[in-house]
Amino acid sequence: MNNAVEAHGLEVTRGSREVLRGLDFTVPVGEVTGLLGPSGCGKSTLMRVLVGVQAKVTGTVQVFGQPAGSRALRSRIGYVTQAASVYDDLSITENLAFFARVLGVDRGEIDRCLEAVDLGGHADQVVRNLSGGQRSRVNLAVALLGKPDLLVLDEPTVGLDPVLRESLWVMFHRLADDGAAVLVSSHVMDEAERCDRLLLMRDGVFIADGTPAAIKQKAGVDDIEQAFLSIVRGAR
Amino acid sequence: MSVRRTLAVAARVLAQIRRDPRTLVLLVLVPCLLMALLWWMFHDQPGVDLFDRIAPALLAIFPFIVMFLVTSVTTLRERSGGTLERLLAMPLAKLDLLLGYALAFGLLAAIQAACAVGVSVGFLGLDVQGPVWLLAVVGVADAVLGTALGLFVSAFARTEFQAVQFMPALVVPQILLCGLLVPRDAMPDLLGRISDVLPLSYAVDAMNDIAGSSSTGDVWQNLAVVAGFAVACLALGAATLRRRTP
Repeated sequence: MNNAVEAHGLEVTRGSREVLRGLDFTVPVGEVTGLLGPSGCGKSTLMRVLVGVQAKVTGTVQVFGQPAGSRALRSRIGYVTQAASVYDDLSITENLAFFARVLGVDRGEIDRCLEAVDLGGHADQVVRNLSGGQRSRVNLAVALLGKPDLLVLDEPTVGLDPVLRESLWVMFHRLADDGAAVLVSSHVMDEAERCDRLLLMRDGVFIADGTPAAIKQKAGVDDIEQAFLSIVRGAR
Repeated sequence: MSVRRTLAVAARVLAQIRRDPRTLVLLVLVPCLLMALLWWMFHDQPGVDLFDRIAPALLAIFPFIVMFLVTSVTTLRERSGGTLERLLAMPLAKLDLLLGYALAFGLLAAIQAACAVGVSVGFLGLDVQGPVWLLAVVGVADAVLGTALGLFVSAFARTEFQAVQFMPALVVPQILLCGLLVPRDAMPDLLGRISDVLPLSYAVDAMNDIAGSSSTGDVWQNLAVVAGFAVACLALGAATLRRRTP
């Protein structure tokens, strides 16, 4: 199988704290990979490494065969940060138009991406006046601009209406079917079942790596939350 | 670096300001009102016309302070809001961002300077020997300098509070030593020499040259020094802006 990301011995320190402690993993093309773990376990740091904005990284991390953060990769990765990284004082369209110009993608992309996150009818609203859920959809729409080959999505479904969440997961799978690699983080274990493959993370290490079914089977339980608990207890 | 991306940043910054009419009005109106206040204060003073002596220096100081503050707060907001991280993960050169900001605020400064100079010369009777338009040119260069310095120091500020504190630290000494309160050549030797390496001194000198003489040779020289400082600050800003952060 083709891998978008291959990492070996990835470590990150922040101050004196080791945030990521020796990770080996891959993110395959054509699948939705879920990065699950409690808040503060290092998910966002791992994502920052992949998009090339994290300092003090050791080990090797290759994205499409190049070191993470290489200049050539910047237009191939769509990145959703945990905070809604859009301009509050601009309208939705103005936000997307700005990022589209930075990326050098066609303006037609703006409408396509707005439709994808179901914001087509709100295009001229100023972001400041949107609800939290709408704002995070604008954030997601920006990451979809230019059909990136790798999507790095940091908790994109937090606080969203279940119906919309469902439709976003359908979209993530469609993007993967179209040949993108999709990495989605979440601290909500319910979302595990929606992923093709899982990386379960705790305190900067992976405690499990595999399909949801395989992880549950190995732990001998029938949901991921129980699997997480039983793996953590087993490790003690 | 790319012209398209630089212009995209500048257009976005201007669009944000346009959405904030109160800031825009304050930006243009406050310097004009302060010039009027200065004129009024000196109006009944006998002897030399103090307004004529002090106004040119203030025309240099206002755009510098205002753009310094506006820039440091805006870039801090960009940093804390996460948009800076997103932009740095995109194919955007650091200079695209800095030049985009300088361009946008330079344009605002042009409007601000045109109004402040217009009011001072047109309504308040500021006596100018040299070309009046050159006052506005120096004002713009000075504003770009303030923007460049603001961009540079925002790399060292983690919060808006810290950014604002850089004003008394970096701007007030320049105002004290620029020749407004004590002529530069009458200062103690050491302070005179410090004054010689501070950019605002050259902007004030340029303004005073335009007001006091019709020959513009010295003006261009002082203007070149101000522009040089602005370019150096932008370069330092690009060097201190880190794509990878802890």
